[in-house]
Amino acid sequence: MSETLESAVKAVCSECGNDRERMMDIVRAIQGKFGCVSSEAMDMIAKQLATHRVEVESVVSFYSFLSDRPKGKVVIRLCDDIIDEMAGSADVANAFATELGIGIGETTADGKITLEHTPCIGMCDQVPAAMVNDVVVTNLTPAKVKDIVAKLKADVDADLVDAPGDGNNANDLVKAMVQNNIQQSGDVIFAGMEPGAAIKKALEMAPKDVIAEVTKSKLRGRGGAGFPTGLKWKFTSDAPGAEKFVLCNADEGEPGTFKDRVILTEQPDMMFEGMTVAGYAIDASTGVVYLRAEYAYLREYLESVLARRRSDGLLGKSVCGKDGFDFDIRIQMGAGAYICGEETALISSCEGLRGDPKNRPPFPAQEGYKAGPTTVNNVETFCCCARVMEKGADWFAGIGDGQSVGTKLLSISGDCGKPGIYEVPFGITVDEMLKMCGAKDTAAVQVGGASGQMIGKNDFGRKICYDDLATGGSIMIFNSKRDLLKVAEKFMEFFVDESCGYCTPCRAGNVLLLNALKTILAGKGEASDLEYIETLGNTVIKASRCGLGQTSPNPILTTLKNFRPAYEALLVAPSKDGYQVSFDIKAAVGDAAAIAGRDSVHAY
Amino acid sequence: MSDTITLTIDGVEIQGKPGQTIMEAADAAGIYIPRLCAMDGLVPHGSCRVCTVMVNGRPQSACTQPIAPGIVVDNETDEINAIRRDIVDMLFVEGNHFCMFCEKSGNCELQAVAYRLGIAAPRFPFQFPDCGIDASHPDIFIDRDRCILCGRCVRASQDLDGKDVFGFVGRGSEKRIAVNSDAKLKDTNIDVTDKAVEACPVGALLKKRVGFAVPIGQRKYDHKPIGSDIEQNKGSL
Amino acid sequence: MGKPKLATTSLCGCFGCHMSVLDIDDRILKLIELVDFDKSPIDDIKEFTGPVDIGLIEGGCCNEENVHVLKDFRKNCKILISVGDCAIDGGIPALRNNIPLKECFDEAYSTDNRLGPAVLNPSGKVPNDPELPLLLDRVYPCSEIVKIDYHLPGCPPPADTIWEAMVALLTDKPVALPYELIKYD
Ligand SMILES: Cc1cc2nc3c(=O)[nH]c(=O)nc-3n(C[C@H](O)[C@H](O)[C@H](O)COP(=O)(O)O)c2cc1C
Ligand code: SF4
Repeated sequence: MSETLESAVKAVCSECGNDRERMMDIVRAIQGKFGCVSSEAMDMIAKQLATHRVEVESVVSFYSFLSDRPKGKVVIRLCDDIIDEMAGSADVANAFATELGIGIGETTADGKITLEHTPCIGMCDQVPAAMVNDVVVTNLTPAKVKDIVAKLKADVDADLVDAPGDGNNANDLVKAMVQNNIQQSGDVIFAGMEPGAAIKKALEMAPKDVIAEVTKSKLRGRGGAGFPTGLKWKFTSDAPGAEKFVLCNADEGEPGTFKDRVILTEQPDMMFEGMTVAGYAIDASTGVVYLRAEYAYLREYLESVLARRRSDGLLGKSVCGKDGFDFDIRIQMGAGAYICGEETALISSCEGLRGDPKNRPPFPAQEGYKAGPTTVNNVETFCCCARVMEKGADWFAGIGDGQSVGTKLLSISGDCGKPGIYEVPFGITVDEMLKMCGAKDTAAVQVGGASGQMIGKNDFGRKICYDDLATGGSIMIFNSKRDLLKVAEKFMEFFVDESCGYCTPCRAGNVLLLNALKTILAGKGEASDLEYIETLGNTVIKASRCGLGQTSPNPILTTLKNFRPAYEALLVAPSKDGYQVSFDIKAAVGDAAAIAGRDSVHAY
Repeated sequence: MSDTITLTIDGVEIQGKPGQTIMEAADAAGIYIPRLCAMDGLVPHGSCRVCTVMVNGRPQSACTQPIAPGIVVDNETDEINAIRRDIVDMLFVEGNHFCMFCEKSGNCELQAVAYRLGIAAPRFPFQFPDCGIDASHPDIFIDRDRCILCGRCVRASQDLDGKDVFGFVGRGSEKRIAVNSDAKLKDTNIDVTDKAVEACPVGALLKKRVGFAVPIGQRKYDHKPIGSDIEQNKGSL
Repeated sequence: MGKPKLATTSLCGCFGCHMSVLDIDDRILKLIELVDFDKSPIDDIKEFTGPVDIGLIEGGCCNEENVHVLKDFRKNCKILISVGDCAIDGGIPALRNNIPLKECFDEAYSTDNRLGPAVLNPSGKVPNDPELPLLLDRVYPCSEIVKIDYHLPGCPPPADTIWEAMVALLTDKPVALPYELIKYD
C-alpha cells in the first residue's frame, strides 16, 4: 500500500479540520481507502481528533457500510428487499455466489471482492439491483452477473456501465445505468423552472412573508409525517439561536421509495432552490443535504450543480445580490442506516455521531443541528417550496384535495406493468392508481413502505392523501399469487436490522414479534399467538421512542387486520393435552442423537 | 403564581416548577413512576421506556417530558402497567438474568421493578444471548448478558467521573456496552471508586470480591418495593 | 368427594424446591389434611394413579425424559405450576444454553486435558447407553414445552410462597402473593 494508515488518517482528519463533527466523512474516507476502519485506525482517528476511541467505534459499528474488519476492494451489495425478491434476486444472488465462489457475507480468497445483502437501495423500478461499490447495476439476470463478475475479476475498477440510463443518468458525472422511469409528470415537480426564479421572488418579500406564503399554500411535508411546512419554518424562525440550519433529508430509506432519487437526478436545482428559500425565510446561512450512501453515485453531479449555482450567484455570499443573505449548501454522506432518515437521527449523524434519534423535546426547530434551530425537510418538500414561491400559494393550493394540496410523487413498484415515478394530484384513489400503472390481479397494496400499511381490495376505493392513506411515496403492489405473510416477515426482518437499539420495546420487541411470526409461518402457531402478537405490537407502538418503533409492528398488524384469514389458515389447533405445539422434540434431540450415533429409543 | 405549574397525575393535582420533567415533579410530590435508565444526577436518557406515562392520552417518557400547565398524566392504569410489564419482561428475556447467583440480587433495580409490578415470570420466550464477560480488570467486571443498555455508566463516567470509559457499539439487538479501549476494561482508566460503577442498576458492572455481603432479608428491596422512599414524600409538601 | 390430589416432580433441578416444600414445617400436616399426594418423590409413587388437581414441577427440561415426564404431568394435572427458577427459565443448568452440546460433552468427558475432564473418565468416551435419555440441544423452560398455569419464582421459592399458593388454590381463592413472597433468588 502506497499510503500508510497513519499518514492517511492524518491527512483525512486534517482535511476535515480535525473536527470531531466530521466523523462520518473521516471514517468513510478511511473505509474507502483501506476497506475497513480497523481497530488501529480507530485509535489513530481518536488521537487525531482528540476524542475518545469508543466514540469512533460507536460510529463505525453503527453504519452497515462501515466495518472494522477488512472487506474486499469491491463490495457487492445485493438489494434484498421484497420487490427484488419477487423479481428473482435469489437467482441473482446464487449467480454471484457461484461465479465468485463465496457465500453472502464472505470475501474472495484474494481479498478482492465481498458479497453482501443490503436493504432497499431505491431501485425497485428496475429490479433486481445491486451496488458494486458506488456503482448501481440494475435489471440483473444470472447472465448479466456472469459478465459483471468476469469484468471485476479482470479489473476491480472495470467500467460496468455499458449503456447509461435516460436523462441526467447519462451525464458525464453520473454515468449510471439507472433509468428515471418517470411515467407521469405533473406541474409541480417535473415541470421546468428557471434557476433562481423562486429565490428572486422570495427575496422580494420579507422572510416572514415567505413563511406566510408557504403556510398559505397549505404545503405539508412529503417525507412521511406530513407536518405543515410553513409552521415548521415559523417555529424555526421564532426560536432563539445564533445560528440556524436548513437540512434536506435525502436519506430515502423507506423500502419501496425512489422518488427522491429521480428528483436528485433531474431536479436538483429546484431542491437547492427550495433550501435556499428556506435559508432566507428562517435566517440560516448553512444548508446540509444528507445523502444516503446508496446514492453516492449522484454526489459528484450534485456537487457540480452546487458549484454552478455558486458561480451563478445563487449560493454563497449575498445570494442574488441580496446584501446580508449568505447561504451555502454542503452534502453530508450517510453510511447505510435507515434510521438516519428520522430527522433527529439524521442530525446526530450530521454531527458525527451514531445515528441514534434524540429525545424530544427539544424539537429540531428549537434545538437541532449543532444545537441551533433547524428545519429538516424532505427533498420533494423543498421542491414544492420552490414552486410555491415561483407560482404563488394560491396556484399551489388549487391542486389536490381538501387539506392535501399540490402533487405527490409516487414510487410504484411490484406487480404492475409500468413501475416508476408518477406525479399525481393528491386525492387519487388506489383503484385509479392501479389502473394508471397497469396493475392486474392485485390482491394487496403496501402503502407507505414497510412502516405503512398493507391494504386489500376493500380499501382500493380509498384516497391517497394525508387524511386517508398517507404515504411518503412508496407504493408496492402484490398480485394474488404473492404470499403476503412472507412480505410481512421481510419487513419485520428489516426493522429488526434497522432498529438503532436505543430503546427497549423496539430493540427487543421487534425480535420477539419476528420470532412469533416465524413460528406461525412454520405452521406451529396457535390462535393465542395472534393475540400475543397484537398485545406485543401494541406495546412496541406505544412505548417506542421514535417513529421507527412506533410503526415497526405495522407489517404484521396491518396484514393481520386486513388479511386475517391468511394467518388463520396457518394456525394449528392447540394440543388438547396442553402441550406446546411449537416445541419440536425431534429437532431438540438432534444434536445429541448425532453425537451418540443412535436415535432416541422413543418414536417421535 | 407564575413559578408553579399545576398538573394532574392519576387524578391528583400537583404543583411543579418550570423546567421540571414529569418524573421530577412526580418525585417531589411523592408519586413514584417506575424507571430504570433514569438516575438522580444524570441527564435523562429516555431509553428503557419503563417510565412511559400517558400525557393527555399520548404515551411519553416521564423522565424526558417537561411538565406543562394543565396536563393530565396517567401513571398507574391497567394499560400502562401492562406496557411496563412487557418492557420489563423484554429486558429479562433479552439477557441472561440468573438472579440466584447474581451478586446484585436484592439490590437490583430491574428485579425490584419486576417485583413491584408483580411479575412472577416473563411472558416472552427467553433468548439466552451470549454477549460476553470482561473480567480483565483486577477490581471490576462487566457481564454484558446482564446489561440493560440504560447508559447510566456511560453518563456517570462522562458527567460525574469526567472520564468517558464507556460507550455503545453496534445497533439494534446487537447493541452492546463497550469500553474506551481496543482491548479490555483493564486498559481503561476506570477506578473502582468511580461513580460509573455504582451507577449500574443491575449486575452488569460490579466490583469484584464484594458480592453477597448483605444477607438475604436485609437487602435493599427484600421488604420494601422500589419507590417506597419517594412515596414517603407524599403529602409532605 | 375425596380430597384434592397433588403430584410433584423434579426434572432438571436439584431437589431444592422439594426441600422448600418440606420447609413448610409442621404445616405439612395441614397440607396432608387438605390433599392426597399422588405421583411424587415425597411418597415415592412412581405413576399417576388417576387425574390430579395440582402438579408442581421443579426444574427445566434438559433431556428427553424430562420432556416425557413434564408432558405426563400436563396430561394428568388440572393445574400445573412451575416451581422455582429452573422450571421457569432453565436456571443454572441453562448456563449451557449458548454452548454447543458437543463442547459441553467435551468439557465433561474428554481426556484432552485442555478441555476436561471434569469427571474421572479414563476412556474419554461420552457415556452412551441406550437407557440414557438423549440430552436436548439446550435446557428448556417448562413453559416452552407445555402450558403452565402458575409460576412460583425463587431459587428455591420460599416455603411460605409455596404454602400460600397451595392454600389459595385448594380453597378456590385467587393466587395473589404479597410483595415479600415473590423473589427470584
Ligand atoms: C424511521 C424513520 C425514517 C424516516 N426516513 C425518512 C426519509 O428517508 N426521508 C424523509 O424525508 N423523511 C424520513 N422520515 C421522516 C423524517 O423524520 C421527517 O419527518 C421528515 O424528513 C421531515 O420532512 P418533511 O416535513 O418535509 O416531510 C423518517 C422518519 C422515521 C421515523
Ligand atoms: S424506536 Fe427503535 S429506532 Fe427509535 S429510538 Fe427506539 S430503538 Fe431506536
